[in-house]
Amino acid sequence: MKLNTNSNVYTFVYAVVMVIIVAFLLAFVSSALKDTQEANVANDTKGQILSALRIDKNAVDVQATFAEKVQDKLFQNGELVPYESDFLTSYGQAIKDGELHVFEATTDDGVKYVIPVTGRGLWGGLWGYIALNEDKQTVYGSYFYHESETAGLGARIGETEFQNRFQGKQVFDENGDIALTVVKAGSVKDDAHEVDGITGATLTSNGVAAMVSEGLGKYADFIGVPAQEACCGGKSDCCEDKAECEKDADCPAKQECTNVEQ
Amino acid sequence: MSKLFSEENKAAFSNPLNLNNPIAIQVLGICSALAVTSQLKPAIVMGLSVTVITAFSNVIISLIRKSIPNRIRIIVQLVVVATLVTIVSQLLKAYVYDVSVQLSVYVGLIITNCILMGRLEAFAMQNKPWPSLLDGIGNGLGYAWVLIVVGFVRELFGFGTLLGYNVIPKFLTDWGYTNNGMMVMPAMSLIIVGCVIWAHRSINKEEK
Repeated sequence: MKLNTNSNVYTFVYAVVMVIIVAFLLAFVSSALKDTQEANVANDTKGQILSALRIDKNAVDVQATFAEKVQDKLFQNGELVPYESDFLTSYGQAIKDGELHVFEATTDDGVKYVIPVTGRGLWGGLWGYIALNEDKQTVYGSYFYHESETAGLGARIGETEFQNRFQGKQVFDENGDIALTVVKAGSVKDDAHEVDGITGATLTSNGVAAMVSEGLGKYADFIGVPAQEACCGGKSDCCEDKAECEKDADCPAKQECTNVEQ
Repeated sequence: MSKLFSEENKAAFSNPLNLNNPIAIQVLGICSALAVTSQLKPAIVMGLSVTVITAFSNVIISLIRKSIPNRIRIIVQLVVVATLVTIVSQLLKAYVYDVSVQLSVYVGLIITNCILMGRLEAFAMQNKPWPSLLDGIGNGLGYAWVLIVVGFVRELFGFGTLLGYNVIPKFLTDWGYTNNGMMVMPAMSLIIVGCVIWAHRSINKEEK
């Protein structure tokens, strides 16, 4: 018997059977591979955090190095407490919920704090990890990646060459505002705070800039504004402690502050 | 054996490499040729991925070609391609995670590549699995070499690198050589693809 492949019934049955087979196949593949994939993602996230700490993730055993050097902590009520739940692989939701993760790391160069940040680029999400030195004022290292930025342009934020441009930059300007930013390629004026962007990828560069300043802004309490010097130090015209102020001959105002800036 | 490599089968494989090139002659798959060629490496990865997927989907469609209802054949082809791409991407994610990160956006682009649908519709629907496999590989490679040429030119002149390695000698930059920012822009790849098609057609004018 030859089937009439043009009949309505055949077409309909064919479509239904095809969809069922395909759906079953995809569901099977997806659930069979889920655990391996999740382990890979967690491993990759840890590798990204290590990259921000200037550790080459391809050269070390990521799991072991991470366990040895990095502690997953939460910033709560002004202090760091150990984070007990499962390791997270994306931090956008956690940050939105006010769950501020900080990775405290002991590296060969001393204690570093890694802060996760998330944002949006030109085509999709961006994320990154910024490692701060122990004083939390300068950048030790950074790692960025993206969902779907243009290859060869925006996607270059994922390259170490770009990420290394953040090293040694200051987070705050002299007014205590977050000044660390990415500017249009080739237009760096303030070398202490500005990072050169990527040619041909201004929108992605802007996305990174917004992500960094918003992301660090969320952690303002943790990072803290730069410590003012004991007396005016030429930065303000009043002092928190009058006795200290008297001792400081350079103090221009020699008066106690009536409204200390919070 | 001689049947497997008959003249016809050889033509199915070699024609798309040159005389019936998917990009230069059929002008298919232009969109992805523009999107992924700003550097050489993604161009190579994309070319290979398309080759693999075109070959497999050609074989599958060819195997079931007689059962496919004519009115929904495009949908069936699309479902086969999408399923294949999804499964491959899941496998990559589980077993070679690095490569899957590399491919991220391209995997989705493969589904929308016109070459796949074009070959399924024009070849696999009428031919046996073996010639379809050859046709798929041939078209994939024909697509790949154009991508690689465009990627090569754009990366060389746009970034001064090849596969990420710096190849412009220092004395040239000292003399005032600068990378051409235009090459980095997507519009430039259209112009280079145009030049490749032009060159390709004038070389092959006689043979046609």
